[in-house]
Amino acid sequence: MVKKKSYEWGKYLLIVIGLGFLALVVLFPLINIFYEAFQEGIKGYWQGITTPEARHALMLSLIITVVAVPLNTVFGLVAAWVLARQNFRGKQVLLGIIDLPLTISPVIVGLMFVLLFNPIDSVFKPLVVGLNLKILFALPSMILVTTSITVPFVVREVLPALENLEVDQEESAIILGASPWQVFWQVILPNINWAVLYGVILCTARALGEFGAVAVVSGKIIGTTNTLTLHIEQTYSNYESVAAFGSASLLTLITLLTVISQEVLRRLQNH
Amino acid sequence: MIFYFITKLQALIRYQLFLRGLIFLYVGVIIILPLSALFWKLSQQPIQDVFPLITSDVALDAYKLTFGSALLAALINSVFGLILAWILVRYDFPGKQFANGLIDIPLAIPGVVVGITLISLYSPAGSLGQFFEPDSFFGQFLQIFGIEEVNLTSSLIGILLAQIFVTLPFVVRTVQPVLTEFDQEIEEAAMILGATPWQCFWKVIFPQILPALLTGFSLALARGIGEFGVVFLISGNIPNETLMATVYIYQRLEQFDFAGATAVAIVLLIFALILLVCAGILQRWSNRYSDNTLEIS
Repeated sequence: MVKKKSYEWGKYLLIVIGLGFLALVVLFPLINIFYEAFQEGIKGYWQGITTPEARHALMLSLIITVVAVPLNTVFGLVAAWVLARQNFRGKQVLLGIIDLPLTISPVIVGLMFVLLFNPIDSVFKPLVVGLNLKILFALPSMILVTTSITVPFVVREVLPALENLEVDQEESAIILGASPWQVFWQVILPNINWAVLYGVILCTARALGEFGAVAVVSGKIIGTTNTLTLHIEQTYSNYESVAAFGSASLLTLITLLTVISQEVLRRLQNH
Repeated sequence: MIFYFITKLQALIRYQLFLRGLIFLYVGVIIILPLSALFWKLSQQPIQDVFPLITSDVALDAYKLTFGSALLAALINSVFGLILAWILVRYDFPGKQFANGLIDIPLAIPGVVVGITLISLYSPAGSLGQFFEPDSFFGQFLQIFGIEEVNLTSSLIGILLAQIFVTLPFVVRTVQPVLTEFDQEIEEAAMILGATPWQCFWKVIFPQILPALLTGFSLALARGIGEFGVVFLISGNIPNETLMATVYIYQRLEQFDFAGATAVAIVLLIFALILLVCAGILQRWSNRYSDNTLEIS
């Protein structure tokens, strides 16, 4: 009986320690974002997120996302199918390479593209100088780094879903005369649609939230190459706290959406 | 009929090869080509010029700070991550779902957002940081112990706060599934045989979750070493004091010192890859371990 009581005591202690740590590390900073964003009321918040700079930055972030996410979604679907259905040498290596952007620091990814395209001393210097291409410190390099960094997300979500799917359905569809295209749309996709959706959400969140790599290749030119994350950093260092946290709250909402959709997906799969 | 299937099969194989080639092409252009630019840049220098770049005074202090703080943060998160995984698997309490969701936040939230909110909380003027100022009540309390000036940002503490935030999910998410699958009958048997809860944890449960714990630890370490956004904002970036290696790379780039940036980047890259390989090996070890227990039971 005594033993049981001390056990209960330990249980509550652990819960308090764990939740206290979680509150201090994650919850307080999270709440603080919205608290700071609404320091000057709803009007101040609205003004903060609708300045011309903020709107331009949001627009640029969206353009980058609109290119990077579809590219990596198509790649993710094909790569996941190839990895799940085919056996070939170098499969593990390919998996490792796809995961690389998760391990390499974003600054280093940015650096790689600087070394590829800068006009001073780079791999493609003759091409860049010769054709007078504006890749670095401009939109193309920002799209490229973002695409590179968001490569793993769709693959990693779709691959396990495809591996759990029986091959029989695909094979019978092929034997019955369906084209590969039909097999994809009518047999495979309906079975993995939630995994694809979640991968796309993750990919989008990462693309919109990327800071380090984009900071390196953008040159941070206000009104030209400022993305939403760069805009947040700039307004915050100019002591425009409300504007910075206003834009930050938009990105936080997308973060919350990813976390909630993960939970929804888990429940859907359990049913 | 057979002929029909053979042509169909041939078409299918061609199709498979085509898709496989497409994947390798995409990965080659978007990942391998940029990666090789690093080594191209390195090969441009004579080897005796590379070494001073890697071991410059500021760079050496930056490595020490980066690896030291990442190690410390990973250790702290191993302890608290284990506690969090434990209470989420074993106990029921109000708000459990919510707490579980919170753990994923650091994986999905942009670094800049974390950076500014941590500064506004913990900087000397911030909502929590003000309590550490010398003239505040807690500050005076600290002065009794000879702690005069506490700066939670622009210091090692600020860097640790950042590292702990970004690496929190790793240990929790690697240990959680192992704890969930853990056969509680073994534990009950140990208790019935007279083990104290403490013995039961260290001798029965801990050895089983150790591989997962180490996997989470090395993932957290790798993530901590590569972190840029949050530390860039919070650490103050004082050379030889609070300058992290990733920020050092960034500053070299701003000076158009491509060779210096590349040299340090390759050091970090190699460490990250070693940790990734370690995590992979540990993961396999962990899986084999859980397979064995299945066979026994």
